[in-house]
Amino acid sequence: MGSFEKKIEVFWDVFYHHNGYDKVITGLQNTLMIAVIGLIIGIIIGTIIAIIEVFPKYKRLPRVLNSICQVYVGLFRGTPIVVQLLIAYYVVMPLLGVNVPPVNVCIVVFGLNSGAYVSEIMRGGINSVDPGQLEAGRALGLSYSVSMIKIVVPQAIKNILPTLGNEFISLIKETSVVSFVGATDLYVAFNYIGSNNYEFMVPYIVMALIYIVLVMGISLLIKLMERSLQKSDRRN
Amino acid sequence: MIDVINLNKKFGKLEVLKNISITIDEGEKVAIIGPSGSGKSTFLRCLNCMEDPTSGSIIFNGVDIADMRVNINIHRRHMGMVFQQFNLFNNKTVIDNIMLAPVHIGLSELRKKKLQNIVIKFSNIFRKNKKDLHVIDTSKAQIKKEAKENAMRLLERIGLEDKANVYPSTLSGGQKQRIAIIRALAMNPKVMLFDEPTSALDPEMVGEVLELIKQVADEGMTMVIVTHEMGFAKEVATRVCFMDEGNIIEDAPPEELFGNPKHERLKLFLSKVLS
Repeated sequence: MGSFEKKIEVFWDVFYHHNGYDKVITGLQNTLMIAVIGLIIGIIIGTIIAIIEVFPKYKRLPRVLNSICQVYVGLFRGTPIVVQLLIAYYVVMPLLGVNVPPVNVCIVVFGLNSGAYVSEIMRGGINSVDPGQLEAGRALGLSYSVSMIKIVVPQAIKNILPTLGNEFISLIKETSVVSFVGATDLYVAFNYIGSNNYEFMVPYIVMALIYIVLVMGISLLIKLMERSLQKSDRRN
Repeated sequence: MIDVINLNKKFGKLEVLKNISITIDEGEKVAIIGPSGSGKSTFLRCLNCMEDPTSGSIIFNGVDIADMRVNINIHRRHMGMVFQQFNLFNNKTVIDNIMLAPVHIGLSELRKKKLQNIVIKFSNIFRKNKKDLHVIDTSKAQIKKEAKENAMRLLERIGLEDKANVYPSTLSGGQKQRIAIIRALAMNPKVMLFDEPTSALDPEMVGEVLELIKQVADEGMTMVIVTHEMGFAKEVATRVCFMDEGNIIEDAPPEELFGNPKHERLKLFLSKVLS
């Protein structure tokens, strides 16, 4: 075990005395930013798609929108996120002639990607709400979209919160591929520390621990949210 | 007030309503009775286009609301509806349930007026004879305050003011249905539609709900009630319609319809439900 202690010492030296922690903090920030903003974009896109999908389709416009959504969901669920990142960074960006920092590209791609998954989760959630709720809103003279947003979607979100938590957790873990386009995340930070003197064992263990702590914290947060949202179910 | 002309409703190949025509005048209380599957509920739901009629027209306040081009939301605000399953919004407290629609509609009208005023102001720059602005005599806070006062007044009327801030899941069926009724009343509707308001209630709670409906009726509200409570129909309705297989077979004042039924089908129905 003597050599393991040595490895810890080496890691601590780079981490603490050679500003390794700076990189880690940047990496952590980026990881969280990509996951959180990505999830928020995902929830917004997913909700819109889900509402379009459950909208009654007598007229042409909803049907056209619905097929567009289906193509979108098909594309983003059908390709790995790495491929999407690479295409966004090396194909779409040069074609549009814009130059965006890689982190921002990652945020957009993760948002679009999780939008496709959240839309299906949300559709299930909306279908789980009693149709009478929508009817009551419509009967009071509220429009379809207002009744959806004010009455049905909040109840749907309450029902799908555990699944949304899953989505968030997997987003956090998936961010470890953003180094493909040169964004700094936790993996890049610890890889940097390790490559200083080719000792990867300790940095990678610490990285795993940080991911575990992050995910545990999020699970706790979701539990708390669930509890506060369930106050309308309690019988006193 | 409501003119139904040649109303047809089909679900796929199943004809639920067959060429129904009926006129409901202001102040009338129409009870609709009939065996299950006769199309009573579908007929009621067609009146405010919760089900879109397959053909025919429904003239409400001079507008054919069965026309798909009409903005149905505006007309539904004048038609309160009460459901069999109450359908209180589970994610809102009782007072929010009552305030939601009035506040939302008040605020969106205020926003619309403000937006139009900006457009008018801008276009007045180019106009010779200036166009008048909309008068805005209310504010966000005031709309909310008035809606809240109105909601509290209605809650006090049914004696549930202490339940204002609880969620519907904590209430009994009778309480839920009475709140559903005042939620509809908070919009100041011109007509109230009741879809079997007491069918999902425990027997001991039916009385309090019927009592409230009767009060509303006595205030002169126009009402259409689908019900299985024959006694209540006799007592409150000014007119009773008997429906069977998608047609209104008999339409008469309650004394006549219950005392001297003409059609065999109605006689059979009454002998079953009144015994």
